[in-house]
Amino acid sequence: MSDRSPNDAVSGESALFDGAARAPEVDAARVTGGSPDNTHDVIISLEDVDVYYGDFHAVDSVSVPIREKEITAFIGPSGCGKSTVLRTINRMNDLIPTARVEGSVTYHGVDLYGGNVDPVQVRRHIGMVFQKPNPFPKSIYDNISFGPKIAKYDGNMDDLVEESLNRAALWDEVKDKLDDSAYALSGGQQQRLCIARAIATSPDVLLMDEPASALDPIATLRIEELMYELKQDYTIIIVTHNMQQAARVSDRTAFFNIDIQNGQRAGRLVEFSETATLFTTPSEKTTEDYITGRFG
Amino acid sequence: MSITTRSNKEATRREVDRAIRSGGGDWRPLAFQGLLLLALITSFGILVVLLTDIVTNAWPTIQARGFSFVTDGLSLNPETAGVFTGIIGSVIIASIVALLAFPIGISAAVYLEEYAPDNRRTRFVDTTVRNLAGVPSIVYGLLGLAMFVPLVRMIGLGGSTGGKNILAAGITMAALVLPIVIITSIEAIRSVPATIREAGFGVGATQWEVIRSHVMPSALPGILTGTVLTLARAFGETAPLLVIGVATGYFAPAGDASILDRLTGPYTALPVIVFSWSRQTQAAFADTLAPAAIVVLLIVLFLLNGAAIWLRNRAEKRW
Repeated sequence: MSDRSPNDAVSGESALFDGAARAPEVDAARVTGGSPDNTHDVIISLEDVDVYYGDFHAVDSVSVPIREKEITAFIGPSGCGKSTVLRTINRMNDLIPTARVEGSVTYHGVDLYGGNVDPVQVRRHIGMVFQKPNPFPKSIYDNISFGPKIAKYDGNMDDLVEESLNRAALWDEVKDKLDDSAYALSGGQQQRLCIARAIATSPDVLLMDEPASALDPIATLRIEELMYELKQDYTIIIVTHNMQQAARVSDRTAFFNIDIQNGQRAGRLVEFSETATLFTTPSEKTTEDYITGRFG
Repeated sequence: MSITTRSNKEATRREVDRAIRSGGGDWRPLAFQGLLLLALITSFGILVVLLTDIVTNAWPTIQARGFSFVTDGLSLNPETAGVFTGIIGSVIIASIVALLAFPIGISAAVYLEEYAPDNRRTRFVDTTVRNLAGVPSIVYGLLGLAMFVPLVRMIGLGGSTGGKNILAAGITMAALVLPIVIITSIEAIRSVPATIREAGFGVGATQWEVIRSHVMPSALPGILTGTVLTLARAFGETAPLLVIGVATGYFAPAGDASILDRLTGPYTALPVIVFSWSRQTQAAFADTLAPAAIVVLLIVLFLLNGAAIWLRNRAEKRW
């Protein structure tokens, strides 16, 4: 375990609730994430990534290096393309018929959009957790075992289910009701189940698309603590609307914004740096305006 | 001071009291509600009158014959005529529909929803299927006569009827309900939340695995309901059968005929019996036997609808 928990600096109840109730501003004292030691290698590299939905230019020339076993946060106002960029990384955008990706996305140096790359295999290495908890309408056990089963996992499934639930900090709560419907769990438990499900196929990257936005503050906190533990073993990229969350958990932060040029709007990366730097001494005026709550 | 406050309070109370009491003036909401109720009473009333009339007319037969009306075959004698032959015919037709229309229709729906690219051609097919569901059943009868009767004859199952047998009838009925099976299946598949698909793809499932393990189980209640209801349709349709040569007269059930001979020989169906009895010159047939046959037909249809509801609830309750 790390000696620095993400929530050490946010003490007391007010910190728990400020994400929902207060204007989104982050003061420097709250930035607990974000002074990574630069010892980790780049595992995923986005270079000049453009995404189009039909004629709509959703994302314009985004370049971000993602380092191994760090938490990288994507923040920005609605419609700035942060989720779209996230979904290029495990090729979820392939599911939208009109979506087109240009530029290069490499994973361990391999072009994810190269010929012969199977999106299904990509998603087994790069797992995903979605905005709304979306367990399968099946038992808790079957939710976890589905991924390994289709990946022809030949080890002991019971052990794998237990280990995955353990890592998602859910085992103790569900160990006596593995055959119950996943829908019987609370929202926060469902989201941890979804994290366990993503872990079960042993990916090394986890994409989280606003994983706590549908949860109450307590459940949100548990997810954040979990992310902090998971980064020992996984590379995590999180999209979030909640700037405190980015400031608390992430090592590096990418700030996206909507850019209007010639009447065309497109999402663009404004600034990418260590979280501590981005939240205390941003180099762009727009970043500063956003994190101090002047727009967004 | 306190007196002023109290009187102020009292004035406010009176004002609020006046403001929040209903004026009692507007009659339009009431009239609108009345019209809605009238519409309900009218439609329900027609149904009740119809049912009462039929059951009243059928009562003598039901009382005199009891269950033997269901188990007796066709006869020229109103004392012994029953609907058994028709029930068997209808059950066989419904079975052929289930065997042909369900697998083909559900597969077509899965293809249209999950695999077909979203382009003009797919939308054209989709619209066409929806229009086909509204084509009058007699047109399917003509289609059956022109295509399925010769087809059955061609593959050597024409039998003594030259193809105008229950096999051709079943295929025609399957074609008739096919668009409905496709549409209800499409709707059921469409109603599966996108989040479940995403979850499947997110853990590295192929499209086939997502469809088989998540989309189909979730869509099943809707598909089941739709398909059972189409069975009821196949059970009740009369017009296409008349066109493709159902026997409206009486034939002796072939005592020692083989199953193949029976399937390829003359046949009849429950609604056809109602039709032919109601045209009989012998008063007993039109007056009380036809209504009794209608009662049997209605009971079968209610049972099928009930089965549809039961199946849907059962499939939905799993989680």
